[in-house]
Amino acid sequence: MNETQSTVLSILQDLTGEDVSSNMDTNLFDEGILDSMGSVQLLLELQNQLGIEVPVSEFERSEWDTPAKIVAKVESMQ
Amino acid sequence: MMSFDPYGNPTYFILLFVALLPLMIGLLYGRRSHIYESVISFVFLMLTFGGIKWHTGIALIIYLIYQITLVWLYSRYRQRPDTPNKGWIFVVSVILAIIPLAVVKITPAVHHGASSIIGFLGISYLTFKVVQTIMETRDGTIKEFHPILFGQFLLFFPTISSGPIDRYRRFIKDYDSVPTRTKYLELVEKGVRYIFLGFFYKFILAYIFGTVMLPTVEHAALQAHGLSWALLGVMYTYSMDLFFDFAGYSLFAVGVSYLMGIETPMNFNQPFKAKNIKDFWNRWHMTLSFWFRDFIYMRLVFFMMKHKVFKSRITTANVCYVINMLIMGFWHGETWYYIAYGLFHGLAMVVNDAWLRYKKKHQAQIPHNKFTEGFAIFLTFNVVCLSFLLFSGFLDTMFFAARP
Repeated sequence: MNETQSTVLSILQDLTGEDVSSNMDTNLFDEGILDSMGSVQLLLELQNQLGIEVPVSEFERSEWDTPAKIVAKVESMQ
Repeated sequence: MMSFDPYGNPTYFILLFVALLPLMIGLLYGRRSHIYESVISFVFLMLTFGGIKWHTGIALIIYLIYQITLVWLYSRYRQRPDTPNKGWIFVVSVILAIIPLAVVKITPAVHHGASSIIGFLGISYLTFKVVQTIMETRDGTIKEFHPILFGQFLLFFPTISSGPIDRYRRFIKDYDSVPTRTKYLELVEKGVRYIFLGFFYKFILAYIFGTVMLPTVEHAALQAHGLSWALLGVMYTYSMDLFFDFAGYSLFAVGVSYLMGIETPMNFNQPFKAKNIKDFWNRWHMTLSFWFRDFIYMRLVFFMMKHKVFKSRITTANVCYVINMLIMGFWHGETWYYIAYGLFHGLAMVVNDAWLRYKKKHQAQIPHNKFTEGFAIFLTFNVVCLSFLLFSGFLDTMFFAARP
């Protein structure tokens, strides 16, 4: 597991109280793990911890709905 | 000259089919003619905004010039290499974009129901499109501004009167490309199915609920004047009418878009199967609720969290739910029952979230099975119908209108 992945997973764990590392393809929105509030917190934490600025307009739900997709998104923005 | 409500009668559909046929043959052979599309758009806009309603056509033209200029100026400002991207310029731009709609919405409240001369059918939906474009320009997500394409986006005739609300970048992607033949045939198949389902919803089910049944139960409820079985009947009948009428219209708008090779997003996804209020808003009038989610709720939360307005994230979420839904209420119109409807749903979201938190904490003790799921759907359905009774304005008529 690389550094980006572990940071993203620890952010998700802090936000949702759930360890999602073994379910990298779970749909976080369908499962009720993440909602709009959680999405915004995720964006803010990505900014604080990784220095990645993601404007709310870039947050297209379908592109951020699983842990694997979030990691890929973050890696593409670094 | 003829004048129509969009999708209002069989003649409209026949004209629509005749006008779309050449366009569909073109798309089937991999060609898209923006000139032909513009011509039929113009004709159908004339049918909607011309004739005896010509003054609304003039209002639409002035509105368009105003908004396109506004977005163009803001976009120019954002594209300057040294753009300062000042918050207040953004805020002023958004306010300027909302002013015409605000005038149209407030006029009836202060002038005893008279409608504003600058109003026209669909002004709300155009305003959503303008505001979201300004916001995405501020974020830098929309980098280039083409006044003509933006005009086409605003004026896309299948959705102009009541949505669904598309997004600029998504629309342009479809508008500027031609689907492959396989893909287009799929779209046509779905489009035709949606249009026929729309006929069933709007001209049969909504007719039965709205035109046949509703007046009877309303009359009975007015006679009873207070809590009565008839009032409960009004609640369910109105809710069914509202759904089938609007979902039917939305199916027409989406179906016709598909025939034109544009994948306008869907507006409804079996809303009465929702398990809770949050789920409901992910299924009901989706393009509107997603608009509110993306352009009001999330931005408000982002702002409040960043500036640490409230210590607790739960408070932040709750305050934002109520503000978000209240704005939606005000958007519907300046009457007590629309605003109460907004407040009702804001508070319902707060309760919903509190329950979800409680459920998560006590997972072991709370049973979860087919029965509890069925109960959740039943409860949500009734809460929603109650909110629609409020929304309908029937309570206003029953309690406050002058009795004949």
